[in-house]
Parts: sequence; C-alpha cells; structure tokens
Amino acid sequence: MTDTTAEKPIFYQLEEEHAAGATGLGFWIYLMSDALIFATLFATYGVLSTSYAGGPAPRQIFELPLVAVNTAMLLLSSITFGMASIAADEDRAGATRLWLIVTALFGAAFVGIELYEFSTLIAEGAGPQRSGFLSGFFALVGTHGLHVLSGLVWIAVMLAQLGQRGLIAENKRRLMCLGMFWHLLDVVWIGVFTFVYLLGVLR
Amino acid sequence: MSKPHLHAHADTHPHGTRRGYLLGFAASALLTAVPFWLVMAGVLADVQATAIAVIALAFVQIVVHTVCFLHVNARAEGGWTLLTTIFTVVIVAIVIAGSLWIMYHLNTNMMPMGDGMTDMP
Repeated sequence: MTDTTAEKPIFYQLEEEHAAGATGLGFWIYLMSDALIFATLFATYGVLSTSYAGGPAPRQIFELPLVAVNTAMLLLSSITFGMASIAADEDRAGATRLWLIVTALFGAAFVGIELYEFSTLIAEGAGPQRSGFLSGFFALVGTHGLHVLSGLVWIAVMLAQLGQRGLIAENKRRLMCLGMFWHLLDVVWIGVFTFVYLLGVLR
Repeated sequence: MSKPHLHAHADTHPHGTRRGYLLGFAASALLTAVPFWLVMAGVLADVQATAIAVIALAFVQIVVHTVCFLHVNARAEGGWTLLTTIFTVVIVAIVIAGSLWIMYHLNTNMMPMGDGMTDMP
C-alpha cells in the first residue's frame, strides 16, 4: 500500500437508537407486570367467589344498570383518549388538552359511580369484612379503581406539562405511556364486568 | 403522509389512526352491549349458554382493545411487545386456571366444616 494517510475510520452502528423506543417497551413490560397483579386478584376472587359465609350473593347486591353506566364511562374515556393521541400526532396541542380533559371527566365519573356503589354496599352491611366473596370483590374492583384514580392524577400532571412546554418530544412520549396505561385499565375492566358482575348475577 | 413527522427519537411504538380508533370503539361498544343485554334481558333460556356467550364476547373484546387501542402487533418494538404480551397471557392463564383448579379440588377434598359438622358420624 502506497497510500500513507490513515484510512477513514468506519463506524458501524450495531445497536439501534433507544431514545423513546426503549421507554415504550419498558413501560409496556411494567404494564404486563401490572396485568399479573390483576391476574392474582382475579384468581383470588375466583377462588372466594362462592364463599358467602351466610352473607349476600352477587345477585342480591349487584346492580347491573349502574355497572352498565360505569362501563360506558370507561369505554367512552378510552375513545376520547384515542382522540387525544391522534391530536398529539397531528401536533394540535389545544385539541390534545381538550380531549384529555374530556377523558378525565369520564374517568372521574367512573370513579364517582364506583365510590357510590362501594358506599351503598358498605351501608347495606355488604362491606369487605362480610365474607370471602366480598373481600375478593373489594380487593379486585378497589385495586382497579385506585389505578383509574392514579390515571386521573397522571392526566392532571400531563395537562400541566402540556401547558408549560406544549407538544415537545418528551411530552409526546409521556402521553404515549399514559395512553397505554389508560387503555390497559379498560382491558382489565372487561374482565371485571364479565367475570365479576355478569357471571356473578348469572350464578 | 401529507407532512413529514419530525421525530427526534426512534419511536417504534405504532400510532393509531382515527379510523382504527373509531372502528375499535364501535366493535367495543357492541361487544359490551350484547353481553349486558344477554344477562339483563335473559335472552337465552339456558344460563350456561349465556355464560359461555358472555365469556367468549369478553375474550373477543380484549383482543379488539389490545389491537385497536394498545396497538400490539408483530412490528411494534421489533416484535418484543407482542412477545411480552404472549408471555403475560400464558402466565395469567396459569395463575388463574391453576388457582381455581387447585382450590376447587382442595375444597372438594376438605373435611366438612361448620354446618357440615352435623353430617359427620
């Protein structure tokens, strides 16, 4: 070789850029671990679901019209969050915040109805300490309700962040995670209204 | 695409389209309304048939939500999202089915207690 100048170094990019891609996957794995928490609570409820201890059975205490309204609230909040995600993709910050507020209102209605249901049950003497069935019920449905409440807090924080910085890349990433969290809670609720309420009333 | 999206990051999580969300919502609303109607109106005379229908509709609805709202597919995150989802579904099935199975047999094989005491010799 007569060429004395050093060869131009060649860099190979062996790894992918893990900026937000890793966040999405990492958050997804957290959500899957959260799904496992709900799996154990579903299993607990399933095992205890006929242990009435002489107390009330599902048919006597569950009010399906109320549950149907509650389910509708959560379902509507899912589609309004979808609209917020789309508005964010289209870089419309105002629309994103508006849809998030609508989502939070539906979520708050859900939590409100659930608290009303819980307080009615406890007033009737069907509190979590009444029987194994009711312990399992309050543990499962209550944990889901707490998750929705956390989601509401997160939406409030997200609205503040959007107000301060607008739709910057970081906020879009946060919104994506919040969206996955919110939609997963809806998936868990499908299990709750099917296996706890509908099948409970059928039993 | 009408305008270029300037993503400063390697965002491989798929985004939904308005059409996808609305289709998912329509399917989801139907898949919620039908089981409530089946149970509340007592459409099917057979309780077991109603239960099977309600459970089947729930599973379909979970898949609809996972695909349309959570955007789980084979391409997201190079397939890792789908892989972790399948793994979780397997663990969830083992935890729930295993618990019910074991505890059912435990209950069946238990010594009768409480009210059952009177049946004992």
